[in-house]
Amino acid sequence: MEMVISYTALAVAFMIGMGALGVGIGMGLLGGRFLEGAARQPELAPMLQTKMFIVVALLDAVAMIGVGIALLFAFANPFVDQLRNALAPVAG
Amino acid sequence: MASDGGPLTPGDYITHHLQNLQVCQVDGEWAWNQCAGNPMTINVDSMFFSMLLGLFFIWTFGKAARMATSGTPGKLQAFVEIIVDFVDSIVKDSFHGKSRLIAPLALTVFVWVFLMNLMDLIPVDWLPMAAGAVGIPYLKVVPTTDINVTFGMSISVFTLIIFYTIKTKGVGGFLREMTMQPIAPPTRGAGLIAAPFIIGFNLILESVALLAKPLSMSLRLFGNLFAGELIFILIAIVGIWQLPLHLGWAVFHLLIVTLQAFIFMMLTIAYLSLATEEH
Repeated sequence: MEMVISYTALAVAFMIGMGALGVGIGMGLLGGRFLEGAARQPELAPMLQTKMFIVVALLDAVAMIGVGIALLFAFANPFVDQLRNALAPVAG
Repeated sequence: MASDGGPLTPGDYITHHLQNLQVCQVDGEWAWNQCAGNPMTINVDSMFFSMLLGLFFIWTFGKAARMATSGTPGKLQAFVEIIVDFVDSIVKDSFHGKSRLIAPLALTVFVWVFLMNLMDLIPVDWLPMAAGAVGIPYLKVVPTTDINVTFGMSISVFTLIIFYTIKTKGVGGFLREMTMQPIAPPTRGAGLIAAPFIIGFNLILESVALLAKPLSMSLRLFGNLFAGELIFILIAIVGIWQLPLHLGWAVFHLLIVTLQAFIFMMLTIAYLSLATEEH
């Protein structure tokens, strides 16, 4: 039982961390390109900013789906229930 | 609120705040909050708040439209005009077909999702405590943190996508779009033997792309709002130091709330534009 819980905790950390890592790198690149483009042609900056926010929200999506699943495991771990159901006939 | 009789643990607080007010049929009788695992439950709090906010939106914007004057506008009319102009400019930029439905649909999606997300900025305990005083045990006030609400909206948009595809291109065009892209199957000669495999391959790819649209739309909105709400709950556990943290997170969450509503609207317009475009 402890192994299931500890591995789940590690998995939750991985899911949130790797998602954040990828999104961090991606947003950094995106923001850098936006600043370059805005520095080149300042009159396009508002339009570029709108498009940048669209891509930011699309990037967020994948990370958030990972966070959602990770939080599901953190608070309502299905593996613990599965283990409990499997052990119950033996214990009871 | 503690079911075990002892002091309320942080885990109990969190799971209490993440629980919807549910009604379902247990052995033929309608019962409240005994619905774990029952697929035919209704989340009454999500339904109530989403309908309340929808009706509020329609009533406010309808009132502004009825009382619209071409003279100096009042504040409500000016505000509604700003939002309608904003959505109108986006639809004109992104939608390349002819439809009278798209702009009102985009306006509804944007303002309704924005209002539902905005409920997340109400302090976590206020409405559930008020409801608890009246005898309602659980209350989740943000409808978009309920995955049923977001999937409901995205499945409606998905239905509209298929409807508009068939209306613009016909059923034959829809099937052609699913089977002849991205690899055009050979129609004569020796390559004809490979045509069924290519059609099957295309069908798998295009089906995945088509199904990914509503799935990603709803999960994006749900994931962002659920994570935001959970962080509000976690900050509320901290104690007296929660006030500056709440303020900081609320300011950031305001950006997320608006951005997610805007993205939902943009994707609706973009997908419907793809569905109605003709070569």
